[in-house]
Amino acid sequence: MPDQEFNQELVVNVGPQHPSTHGVGRILLNLDGDIVRKAELIIGHLHRGIEKMAENRTYLQVVPLTDRLDYVGSMYANWAYCRAVEKAAAIDVPERAEYLRVIVCEMQRIASHMMSVGSSGADSGAFTVFVYAFDLRERIVELFEQLCGARLTYSYVRPGGVAFDAPDGWADAVLAEMRKLPTGLEELDKLLFGNVIARGRLKGVGIMSTEQAIAWGATGPVARGSGVALDIRRQDAYSVYPRIGFDVVVGDNGDAYDRARCRLLECFESVRIIEQAITQMPEGPILTDGIPRLIAPPKGDAYARIESARGTLGVYTVSDGGAKPYRVHFRSPAFCNVSLISRLAPSHVLSDLGVILGSLDPVFGEVDR
Amino acid sequence: MTTTFAATMASIAEKFKSAVLADSDGVADACIRVEREELLGLATELAAKGFDQLEMVTAVDYRDRIGLIYRLVSATLSASLVVRCDLPAEQPRVVSLAGIWPAADSQEREVLDLFGVAFDGHPCPKRIFLPDDFCGHPLRKDFESPTLIRRPDLI
Amino acid sequence: MRSYLFGVLWGFAAAILIALTALFGVWWERKVAGRMQMRFGPQQAGPAGVLQTLADTVKLVVKEDITPNLADVPVFKLMPYLVFVPSASAFAVIPFANGWAPFNTEASALFFLAVPGMGALGMLLAGWASHNTYGSLGGVRAAAQLVSYELPRTLSVLSLVVLAGTTSAVGIRGAWQWWWIVVLAPAFAVYFISSIAEVNRGPFDLPEAESELVAGYFVDYSGIRWAIFMMVEYSGIVAASLFGAATFLGGGLGIPGPLGVLLFVAFTVAFTTMMIWVKWSFPRLRPDQLMSFAWKVLTPVALVQLLVAGVVSAL
Repeated sequence: MPDQEFNQELVVNVGPQHPSTHGVGRILLNLDGDIVRKAELIIGHLHRGIEKMAENRTYLQVVPLTDRLDYVGSMYANWAYCRAVEKAAAIDVPERAEYLRVIVCEMQRIASHMMSVGSSGADSGAFTVFVYAFDLRERIVELFEQLCGARLTYSYVRPGGVAFDAPDGWADAVLAEMRKLPTGLEELDKLLFGNVIARGRLKGVGIMSTEQAIAWGATGPVARGSGVALDIRRQDAYSVYPRIGFDVVVGDNGDAYDRARCRLLECFESVRIIEQAITQMPEGPILTDGIPRLIAPPKGDAYARIESARGTLGVYTVSDGGAKPYRVHFRSPAFCNVSLISRLAPSHVLSDLGVILGSLDPVFGEVDR
Repeated sequence: MTTTFAATMASIAEKFKSAVLADSDGVADACIRVEREELLGLATELAAKGFDQLEMVTAVDYRDRIGLIYRLVSATLSASLVVRCDLPAEQPRVVSLAGIWPAADSQEREVLDLFGVAFDGHPCPKRIFLPDDFCGHPLRKDFESPTLIRRPDLI
Repeated sequence: MRSYLFGVLWGFAAAILIALTALFGVWWERKVAGRMQMRFGPQQAGPAGVLQTLADTVKLVVKEDITPNLADVPVFKLMPYLVFVPSASAFAVIPFANGWAPFNTEASALFFLAVPGMGALGMLLAGWASHNTYGSLGGVRAAAQLVSYELPRTLSVLSLVVLAGTTSAVGIRGAWQWWWIVVLAPAFAVYFISSIAEVNRGPFDLPEAESELVAGYFVDYSGIRWAIFMMVEYSGIVAASLFGAATFLGGGLGIPGPLGVLLFVAFTVAFTTMMIWVKWSFPRLRPDQLMSFAWKVLTPVALVQLLVAGVVSAL
């Protein structure tokens, strides 16, 4: 047999049904022995055409569609979309609603990061970490259920405010939970990031430099893990974030370890934000009066972006003056971040692929839209 | 708009003859309209002036034309900028900016897939969401497909 | 003729014993892992869910036995048995009581180390024959891992052999002295860790790494053949625990009578539980980390231990 036959690269298809693709992603790998030479990301298995569907609905009817984007953190897409609509139609938001939005979105950040941190454990084989992280996520999700009746697709943020006011005792329940949560987070920190094998698996894997993170369009914890202090909450200072004290967590090395640890440390900041927001939250209306059922913004464009758990989530709307959006585009952080896998995976071994992919935290509802 | 940012913008608008500087249009701090022939030159200039983050690439089908939108962010100028470039509705074709901002890579593929805009010099000019044998570009307003059932226009 | 009949009966009894240990092992693992993960584990079938594995086995037996189209059919179908038989034969030489093992030869300790190692061949071929990239990768990983960890494991048992002056497992159990616990502690650590790797358990479960290779070398197996691979894993855990308790701890610390038996069982259960505990606590190693751990840590430790054992036995 000629030598060429032995020098062939092995093509391995990972996904779309593979335990570590976090949904329905597919990666076509060229393996040289155990080393990845080329990784081609193939997405679109969950493409539902949400942007096209949105063109056929009224502005309010699009809100439930935004739930289905990032189904691990639905509150973000709700809020980003509503901010864009509020900007386009010049709708004011009552202060209490802004506080409620900040509270639910920071709770959502903890819930979403727990999914991600847990799966960075599961991707490297530590399934117990996943279960512990899910316990913490579950406590948040239960509070969401008390607030709006849903556990996953909330549709809680609406143009002009929020759908429901906090029920009696809910704020106290959240505060009580926030007091208990850091203990659980510290435990998780020790369980995963204190483990010698986990450090060996996560450190030095999928390194992305600061310049690369900026040029490649990374946002959120993926960029912050590489030392980019990019946080829309700070930069745009939207909503009531300027009144709340918090730190932007930044990593040093830009590897999978830093990205995952950034997420965990951000949860501590989120706890701080929620505690401050609940104490500052005023009484008052939660939805601006007089918003028509058919919102018809004047002709023009609007763009709003917020810091979601995955990064910069931007919503771009074009109105032609009618009651249905002419065009809605979601600038999806998960889509931009997961595209980096083909740049980060080469020269790593097959075992690291899942770890790198997990550290980019893709949610394929938002990637494929 | 800070003074340095305004000065940068003015100098760029002077340098490129088709570039039209406009104020905020609801998308970013400033807006530049440019003809597609000068897009690459403008993009190179902007990248050199400190717009290092390409946040969003998308398009809008205005029926008579396709409007491309690039949203740029600069940390050094602490400002954002939107670059708009109109393409003909028939066989739209434009230069790829993936060489300047690698972040454009996947987002341009998305525009290619959903709007049918061809990007010259793109490293991987393939559909990204839809299968390779898919006919048509769904986000075009004139998209018709046997499987697409339009909602009755109730409003 | 009579001896053949006797052998068949013995084999039948042993198969039932191994199946029972696997049943117990799976149930115990699910219970322990459940408790570690803030949940209960199986609860519904039988008291404390003890019959859950039996129910699962019934399900697996009646499940369709799928053979992939492009598989090398005879090899594919045969391999579960080629993995199972060497693994099961390890039980034959374990000294269950003082001076007694089902099959006692002069070299039974070496038999225990060498024969189950044959399973690597079965895993390699099972992965290869299923005509699946994940299967092949898993098979190759299994072969590389089992060969690498065979060495520190054998060296650690050799320290025992040097101190006991015999290669018979029964002889080692008979010659056991209490001070071996102190002298041979590093050897036991090496034995325990490399045993985990030999039975493909976490953190050394690379051949079947779920998040990388889906199920590794048995990715295309279903039904009863899949169950046999699972049984091999659990019987391997129990066999390694039994042998460790019988040799490194002299059965029940060399105590005769019911107390010794009780201690022997307690040690075995404790080692099994430790293996489960380790698996559910640690992430999985990367292949290069796995190899460097075997060759740069375990093997030198086992060699130094062998030297120490030699010096001690010469004194």
